[in-house]
Amino acid sequence: MTKEKIIGRPQGLYPEFPRKGGAAPTATHYCPGCGHGIVHKLIGEALEQLGIQDRAITISPVGCTVFAYYYFDTGNLQSAHGRAQAVGTGISRSQDDAIVLSYQGDGDLASIGLAETLHAANRGEKIAVFFVNNTVYGMTGGQMAPTTLVGEKTSTSPTGRDPLETGFPIHMCELISTLRAPVFVERVSVSDISHIRKAKKAIFKALEIQRDKKGYAFVEILSPCPTNLRMSPVENAEFVNEQMEREFPLGNFRDRSAEAEAIVRRESDYAKANLDRLFHLEDGRKVPETGEPFHGKVQIKIAGFGGQGVLSLGLIIARGGVAAGRQVSWYPSYGPEQRGGTSNCAVILSDEAIGSPIVYRSDILVAFNRPSLDKFVKDVREGGLILYDGTIGDYDFPAGVRAVAVPAQRVAQEAGSAKALNTVMLGVLLAHGGLCLSALSIDGGLAESFEEKPKLLELNRRILELGRTWGRENL
Amino acid sequence: MVMRLVKGNTAVVIGALYAGCDCYFGYPITPASEILQEASNYFPQAGRRFVQAESEVAAINMVYGAAATGRRVLTASSGPGISLKQEGVSYLAGAELPAVIVDIVRAGPGLGNIGPEQGDYNQVVKGGGHGNYRCMVLAPNSVQEMCDLTRRAFDLAFKYRNPVYVLADGVLGQMYEPLRFPADSVVPEIDTSWAVSGTAATRRNLISSIMLDFDQMEAFNIRLQEKYARIERDEQDWEGYRLEDAELVLVSYGISSRISHSAVDAARAKGIRAGLLRPLTLFPFPKKKLRELAEDPRRRFLSVEMSNGQMIDDIRLAIDCSREVELAHRMGGNLIILDEINRKIEEMAGKK
Repeated sequence: MTKEKIIGRPQGLYPEFPRKGGAAPTATHYCPGCGHGIVHKLIGEALEQLGIQDRAITISPVGCTVFAYYYFDTGNLQSAHGRAQAVGTGISRSQDDAIVLSYQGDGDLASIGLAETLHAANRGEKIAVFFVNNTVYGMTGGQMAPTTLVGEKTSTSPTGRDPLETGFPIHMCELISTLRAPVFVERVSVSDISHIRKAKKAIFKALEIQRDKKGYAFVEILSPCPTNLRMSPVENAEFVNEQMEREFPLGNFRDRSAEAEAIVRRESDYAKANLDRLFHLEDGRKVPETGEPFHGKVQIKIAGFGGQGVLSLGLIIARGGVAAGRQVSWYPSYGPEQRGGTSNCAVILSDEAIGSPIVYRSDILVAFNRPSLDKFVKDVREGGLILYDGTIGDYDFPAGVRAVAVPAQRVAQEAGSAKALNTVMLGVLLAHGGLCLSALSIDGGLAESFEEKPKLLELNRRILELGRTWGRENL
Repeated sequence: MVMRLVKGNTAVVIGALYAGCDCYFGYPITPASEILQEASNYFPQAGRRFVQAESEVAAINMVYGAAATGRRVLTASSGPGISLKQEGVSYLAGAELPAVIVDIVRAGPGLGNIGPEQGDYNQVVKGGGHGNYRCMVLAPNSVQEMCDLTRRAFDLAFKYRNPVYVLADGVLGQMYEPLRFPADSVVPEIDTSWAVSGTAATRRNLISSIMLDFDQMEAFNIRLQEKYARIERDEQDWEGYRLEDAELVLVSYGISSRISHSAVDAARAKGIRAGLLRPLTLFPFPKKKLRELAEDPRRRFLSVEMSNGQMIDDIRLAIDCSREVELAHRMGGNLIILDEINRKIEEMAGKK
C-alpha cells in the first residue's frame, strides 16, 4: 500500500508510523475489523480541526492501545495498567495549558483502573477520556472484561458469563453520571457509518471542552473486536448494534459544556522573599538569640491528657532553648496515643549535639494527671524535679526526688484561662531555674508560639508571671 | 541566619518548596501524614499544586504524569504506602523520570505499627519494584537534613533523570529541632529535550518504558546499569566521626546514627577505640570508604540499625567479608538505646 491511496489522513495522526517499525509504515498494528483505527481517525480529525496538537498530550494505556503513541501527532506518554487518569491528573495539574487525552480499553479503565477513573472524574480533572468498550480484553487474548455481556463466551468465561459467579456488565457512563463534577458524558458507537458520524461529534466535543479548559469529558465508544469475539466484521457490527446497545444504551448522559467555566490554576511562585514571608521569616519577627552561656544537658518529660497543653508546653520550652542558642530536640508520643488518653513529649536542651531525642532519664517531669505520674515518675533521676497538678491529690513519690504540687488549674482559672495551666507550670519552672533558660529566652519561646495570636500572648505572659510568683513563694 | 523550631516532616516540605518543587501528590499515613498536611497548606499558597490522591498507587502515578512534563514533583509515605507505590517507582525508573519520594519508615511487616523502624532498607535501597533498576537513596539524621537532603534529592533526580528517595523514620518525621532556612530558592526550568509538557517544543517527545524488541530492551538495561555505575562512582557520601584510629567502626544511618554517635563517645571514655561511619547515601553505599577502612586488619565493624540486619549485608559486600561484621539492632518500633550499643561494643572489645 502506498501513501497516495489513503484518503483523508487527518493531520492529528502522523503521516507514517515509524515508531511501529516494520515494512508497512502506514499500516496500523490493529487487527482487521478493529474499531480502534476508526476512533484514532476521529480523534485525529478533531485535533486538527481544533488546532490543539501542540498543547495535546496523549496517554497510551496498557491494552491494545499501548502503542497509541505510534499514531497521534501530539506529545506522547505511556502509563501503567489502569493508571492513565492518575497520570493525566499529574500532567494536567503540573501544566495548566496542556490538553490531556486518556485513551483506554475496558479492562484498563473499568477493572484495574476503576478507582483512578472514578476519582479523576469526581475531581473534574481536565482530561478527555476515550473509553473503547468492546466487551473483551484484547491484548492479553480475549479474557472476560467488566463489560462482557451476560452469557458471552470469552477465554476466561468459556461457558458464557454467569452473573452468579462474575456479576453483571459495568455501565461506566451511568456510574460517572452519578458524579457532579464531569462536564460531558456520552456513549456512542463506531459499528457503522451512521454511528460513526455521531461518535465524531462527541469526540470533537470532548476535545473542545479541553481546549476551553472546562473539565472532565468522558466518551464511551462501543467498538468491534472481531478477533477476540471470533466473529466476522459484519457479525460483529450486528453484535454491537443489537446486543451491546441493548446492554449499553447510546446517548448523552451529561452536557454542561455551555455553562461550565474554564478551570484556570495559578503559576508557581519561586521567589525566595515570598517563601520567607510564608514561613514568617521576615526581619523583626526573628526569635531573639540571647546566647546564654550554658554547659550540660537538661532532659524534660511532660505528660498529661490531650488538651492540657502537654505538647505545646514542650514546644515553648524548646523554642526558648533555640532563642538561648542551645541544641534542642522535641519528640512526642504520636498517632492514636495523641488523640485519646495520655500524651507526652520529651524535650532536651544541650550545649552539644543531641544523640537520641528520647528521654529515658529525666531531670524534670511535668505531670498533669495521675496516669502520667504512674508512667514516668520511675524515670526521674535522683535529685530531679517533679511538678504535678494539685488536683491529682496525694501521691506516693520515691525517695530522692523533689515533688511539688502546683495549683496550676486554680491559678490558670483565676487568671481567666482554664486552658493555660501549662503556662502556670512554665512560670514555676522559670522560678525554679532548672531549665537553665533566662526569662528573656522563655518569653521568646512564648512569643513565637503565639505569634499568630497577640491577645493570647499577652494573657499567657500574665499567667507566666503568676506562675513564676507562685514558684518564688512556694519552692 | 534564621532559625526556627520545625518538625521533621515540615522540614521536608520547606526543603521542597525552596528547591522549586511544583507539585505534591500524596495519601495519608502515620507517621508521614504531616508532610501531606503541610503540603496542602503551603503548596497552594506558593502557587504550587497539591492533590490528595485516592490511593498511594494513584499518588505515585500522578507523580509520574507531572514528572513527565518536566516539573519537580514530590510524594511521601511510610512502609505500607511505599510498598504500594513500587509499581509506579519502577515505571519512573524505566521511563527515566526524576522524582523525589520520602519514606518515613514505620514498623512492619504488614500493618505493623506506627513506631519508628528502618525495615524499609531493602525495599527502598535495593529497588523494590520489578526490573533491573536502582533509586538513589539519601539518609538524613536531623530535621536540618530532612530539609537539606530533600533539596539535594531534587538536584540528583534531575542530574540523573532517576527517582531519588529520602529515607527517614518515625522519629525524624515527628521530632522538632531548630532549622536553618535555605539561603536561596531554586527557579527550575523545564528540559525540553525530553519532557512532554504540552508545548510545540516538546510535541515530538515520548515518555515510555515499553520496548518490545529484546535486544533494544537489553541495550536500555545496559545503559541504565552504566548510569548506576556512574552514580556509584561519583555520588557516595558519608560522614566520619573519630575514624582515624578507630578499631571498631560503627556503621549506622538515620536516627540510629545519632545514638551510635553518643555510643562512640561513651566507648572512647572507656578507652575503646570506636568510630562511626554514617552513610548519607545508601545507594550508592559508601563502599570506597568502607574498603579503605577494611585495609587495616585490626578493624572490625558493627552495623547499628533498627531492622533485621538489612544493611549489614551491604557492609559485608563492600569489604568482601574481609573483616568481622556484627549487628546491634532493634525492631518492632523500638528505638535502639545507648546502653544496648554500649554493651555490644564492650562485648566486641572484650573478644579481641
